[in-house]
Amino acid sequence: MEERKEILRVEDLHKSYGTNKVLQGISLNIKQGQTKVIIGPSGTGKSTLLTCVNYLNPPDKGRIWLEGEEIIYSEREINKIRQKKGFVFQQFNLFNHLTALGNVMVGLTEVLKKKKKEAREKAMYELERVGMADCAEQYPAELSGGQQQRVGIARALAMDPLLIMFDEPTSALDPELMGEVLDNMTKLALEGMTLLVVTHEMGFARAVADDIIFMENGRIVEEGPPEKLIMNPEKKRTIEFLQKITQLYGED
Amino acid sequence: MIEYLPGLFRGVIVTIKLGFSFFIFGFVVGNIIAIGQVYGNKFISLFCAGFAWVFRSLPALVILYLWYFGFNLSPFLAAVLALGLRTAAYQSQFFRGAIQSIARGQMTAARSLGMSKLRAVVKIIMPQMLRLSLPYISNEYAITIKDTSLAFAIGVVEILKEGRLIITVLHNPMDIFMIIAVIYLIITRGGTYLLSLLEKHYRIPGFEISN
Ligand SMILES: Nc1ncnc2c1ncn2[C@@H]1O[C@H](COP(=O)(O)OP(=O)(O)OP(=O)(O)O)[C@@H](O)[C@H]1O
Ligand SMILES: [Mg+2]
Repeated sequence: MEERKEILRVEDLHKSYGTNKVLQGISLNIKQGQTKVIIGPSGTGKSTLLTCVNYLNPPDKGRIWLEGEEIIYSEREINKIRQKKGFVFQQFNLFNHLTALGNVMVGLTEVLKKKKKEAREKAMYELERVGMADCAEQYPAELSGGQQQRVGIARALAMDPLLIMFDEPTSALDPELMGEVLDNMTKLALEGMTLLVVTHEMGFARAVADDIIFMENGRIVEEGPPEKLIMNPEKKRTIEFLQKITQLYGED
Repeated sequence: MIEYLPGLFRGVIVTIKLGFSFFIFGFVVGNIIAIGQVYGNKFISLFCAGFAWVFRSLPALVILYLWYFGFNLSPFLAAVLALGLRTAAYQSQFFRGAIQSIARGQMTAARSLGMSKLRAVVKIIMPQMLRLSLPYISNEYAITIKDTSLAFAIGVVEILKEGRLIITVLHNPMDIFMIIAVIYLIITRGGTYLLSLLEKHYRIPGFEISN
């Protein structure tokens, strides 16, 4: 079988805030079309890892490759790199002053320098993909959390990224709104999009993830496909954590 | 009396010209100061904070005299600069407050799309900042438009000066000052009305200052 292309590779990533060592040597890689899910206790550095990968928060040490090319940090270069990595936020972070359509368009017009008309068509296409075309003219404050997050996904998709990173995309949502967001993520995964997802939705992880990464105290404790990591974990800490989240979030 | 109306009218025009000029100048400078203070490096940020502090601490008349006598400018230009920088200092602090009330996630989201910092400020932060601060700016206009009368002290022949000239001939101070008072009311109310239209035009559903 043909080896799939590597999209993202991270090696020995370190990040500290003062004396607080948040990331202590994280290495991972994602191949095209893979979905990797990161789980781990609160304060473990999951969000920090994602923001470091995007240099929204520059790492102290470590190397990152995108499509086999090492990222050399510079202000100009990094703006180009970020265009290729979608980011979906826990708090949605839609631009308050723009409609749903405007939110999806702004990256196309301002970053990719597309013509208004072309950008609008592309944005409508992406809104349709997440089932939000009917709300194109609405402002974020007029949308439910689930709808906002779907627009957030469309905004990331519109840039045709190599991968999309999700930081707990459903944890700010009421339970009845999680489904619409998770369904859209599942659809993306099935369509072959490359996803790196921090979540505690084990139902999603089990169904969609190629690999689950269990992270604790800035280190990767264990990594493996769902059937192994969930059903048959090796490390004691993984077992304890999985027990804890089943108690917290229920079976699925 | 009638033959003095053109003079009074000239005064009105000067007052309006001065008022608009210094206020718009102050608005632009205020934007720059606020953004410099929030997003600039240490040096720029400190400079902007210092600017805002100095120009809010000095009496308007002192600033006027400093510009007029210190730089040998025409009275009108000195008045525009002096009053403009003063309102810039105040406006900058409204803008800064507005920026700081905008969630940090807005900037993060913009940067994660690949926007440069400058583009993110112009396209994402400023439109929100301006909307949030418009009510305060309108209030600031109502307060500072009255300061145009201070320009009289450095020899700008605005409405008050024209009025005084008429009074020296006609000896009817009450009539003239009443007229002047009404004109000030119109200029103040007219300006705040225009600003309120702007506010309405740019209102975003669900996006306003919650008190
Ligand atoms: N900007 C910052 N300045 C200082 N400390 C920070 C900063 N951001 C995060 N931290 C610290 O880094 C640690 C890891 O935070 P991070 O948000 O990455 O954890 P997390 O795994 O995403 O947790 P959660 O599940 O609660 O989202 C925490 O101890 C946090 O207090
Ligand atoms: Mg987090």
